[in-house]
Amino acid sequence: MAYQKIENVRISGISACVPKTIVSNINSPVFLSAEDASKFISSTGIKERRIASSDICSSDLCYDAAEKLIGDLGWDRKEIDCLVFITQTPDYIVPATSCILQDRLGLSSECYSFDVTLGCSGWVYGVSIIGSLLSTGYFKKGLLLVGETTTKTKSPTDKSTFPLFGDAGTATCMEHSPKAPPMYFHTGTDGSKHQVIYIPDGAFRNPTTLQSLNSEEVEPGVTRNRLQYIMDGGAVFVFSITKPPQSIKILMENAAIANEEIDYYFLHQANKIMVEKICNKLKVPVEKAPTSYELFGNTSMSSIPLTMITSKRRELVNSRLNLIICGFGGGLSWATGNIITDRIVCPELIEI
Amino acid sequence: MMEKFIDHFREALDASEGKEIRLEDRFRDYDEWDSLRYLSVIAMIDSEYDVIIETSEFKKIETVGGLIEEIGKRIKT
Amino acid sequence: MGFQHFKNVTVKGIAACVPSNVFDNRKLSLLGNSDQIQKYIDTTGVVTRHLVNGRNLCSSDLCFHAAAKLLSELNWRPDEIDCLLFVSQTPDYIMPATACILQEKLGLAHECFAMDISLGCSGWIYGMAAIGALIQNGGFKKGLLLAGDTSTVTKSPKDKSTYPLFGDGGTATALEYTEGSSGLMVHTATDGKGYKAIIIPDGGFRNFYNPDSLKEVEYEDGIVRNNLQTSLDGPGVFVFAISKAPRSINGLLEHFDLDINKVDYFILHQANKILNERIRTKLRLPVEKVPYSIEEFGNTSSSSIPLTMVTRLRQQLTKGQCKLITCGFGVGLSWGTIYLETEKITCPELVLV
Repeated sequence: MAYQKIENVRISGISACVPKTIVSNINSPVFLSAEDASKFISSTGIKERRIASSDICSSDLCYDAAEKLIGDLGWDRKEIDCLVFITQTPDYIVPATSCILQDRLGLSSECYSFDVTLGCSGWVYGVSIIGSLLSTGYFKKGLLLVGETTTKTKSPTDKSTFPLFGDAGTATCMEHSPKAPPMYFHTGTDGSKHQVIYIPDGAFRNPTTLQSLNSEEVEPGVTRNRLQYIMDGGAVFVFSITKPPQSIKILMENAAIANEEIDYYFLHQANKIMVEKICNKLKVPVEKAPTSYELFGNTSMSSIPLTMITSKRRELVNSRLNLIICGFGGGLSWATGNIITDRIVCPELIEI
Repeated sequence: MMEKFIDHFREALDASEGKEIRLEDRFRDYDEWDSLRYLSVIAMIDSEYDVIIETSEFKKIETVGGLIEEIGKRIKT
Repeated sequence: MGFQHFKNVTVKGIAACVPSNVFDNRKLSLLGNSDQIQKYIDTTGVVTRHLVNGRNLCSSDLCFHAAAKLLSELNWRPDEIDCLLFVSQTPDYIMPATACILQEKLGLAHECFAMDISLGCSGWIYGMAAIGALIQNGGFKKGLLLAGDTSTVTKSPKDKSTYPLFGDGGTATALEYTEGSSGLMVHTATDGKGYKAIIIPDGGFRNFYNPDSLKEVEYEDGIVRNNLQTSLDGPGVFVFAISKAPRSINGLLEHFDLDINKVDYFILHQANKILNERIRTKLRLPVEKVPYSIEEFGNTSSSSIPLTMVTRLRQQLTKGQCKLITCGFGVGLSWGTIYLETEKITCPELVLV
């Protein structure tokens, strides 16, 4: 059940791209007072974030990450067999953005390309999807683009959400490799809590009307319209400290891996409290869980690959690492993986 | 090739056998011309010559002779 | 490049659901006088369509009903489903993914891999390939592919180039790991240069919603729409499809060394009659091997292939063995073909809600 073993696939490289614009939380007008701002930073650990300008989409951030990575890997882009683009902020409702990216990146027209909608569990799901596509060797090279301009879905006058998030786009190149160590995945879904993280209007359950753009004050410091993100912080917290650690334990049991064998736990960068609580539950020292939330905030499904680039780039480039990856969030959806990386290509962080 | 093309073209237009079609004719000015005839012509060029002329390229062609020329180019390549 | 073979995967059942509201194009004044209406019907083949028509019915609801019916007739327990893929371009929300909501509605286990795929007319083909990839090595044993669209909601009722062509539908395809089965032989392709051929300009993140998004523009007589409604370049799609679809089918047959004469049925995405007939004649396929459902349901986007199977081939699929070629093509531009063999699959009657 929901447990996958994928063989003959390796990760060849990872890259990440963020917007140049840095927004600091300490002076943010979203908070009602300087004291509020300090308290927020102290509990979440999020000091600053990157925010994309109105003309930059997730696909642009992923495009730049992909161009750099393909170049550094020396890949012939016409050999890329599949492209999966995972986002909740696509260019258009119709058509799929992956088709546009296929053309922009100059990939072959024989490239199997599609968009996936998932939230913070997206990158881990994505690695398992591309892994499944490459495992038999019919497809040899795959490109996973995972990115979000999550700040565009948040109300700038909502202190419960706006200061948490940042924008980023990432590219992960994978290839069929008969001698690669297996990858293991465990995934889960709980749709009964789908309104814990959601946007009410804008799609087809509640189509957009002029009223969708009307802002409402929910409580002091929390004002938003129906095209802006709602999060039940309490419910998300309870979920985050139960399902993800449970999933990691199940995966490690099934794959017979002990904590001592793991070099790093790359967890979705929700915020400081979540990361620390999950480490406690797993009885894993916090130092084994690298972070990026301090300077980039919660970058949604990009957070794991972004953290890999910004915190452990040299080790990923120079060593063999045994990793646990765990993404969790909207849906509710969660996914855990065990992957071994072996001297992969990791360009420096790109800023646009 | 020219004569055969004109026959095929006349058929795709669903025009009478007696209709005169000259190389210099601007085909969009024909009475018969509409969006459906456009599709028939594309289909005819595809089935008789194994050539597909994309919408963006087709827009640039004004005359019957222009069509024959374009097909000729693509058959060579 | 472009070809995949997912062995050990079989289709165990297919179900479909459409809204009960039927619209008759013969009564549609948007198309003009009775001669013009007849010409339209002769060209596109669309006589009637099933529409959600303002009811609170989403693609996910149509897919839900199809899936519930299918699971019951297959006698599969919901908690046995390892993976659920929902293919649609009319999801419930921007976020979260609709597949998560369906996981709960269908009573699937928490330990279920669930995600949305956004593609249109090629969606069922791509979804089958994705779920085939997940099931092929036996880690996942049972999967559900839900493919559906309420396309009519994205069409302007004042746009004669789109509105009368489309219908709504939702489908469910059940797949199972079966050691030794011939599986799914797949060809897929993409050409993003044609991304504007079928597009909704606003509402994504390139051009977010703004008050102007809902302003109607008259592009020409009988073509009025706003930026949250689909723009369709009919001729562009025609040219693309009559070239790529036959090439994909022939390419697949050649690559996997399959004999076109041994294929029982060719189920094409129901784009429009003149286009589909062009594909049929190009491939020299006899009429009885190419079923149509477009006259009754219109172009139902991602659900059109399974909907055609359920409504036109139900007897054949449930009673015997079938060798099938399925081909989807459209928005993206994206296209693909799958060859599969079925044997007495479960195929409930069409569900109407």
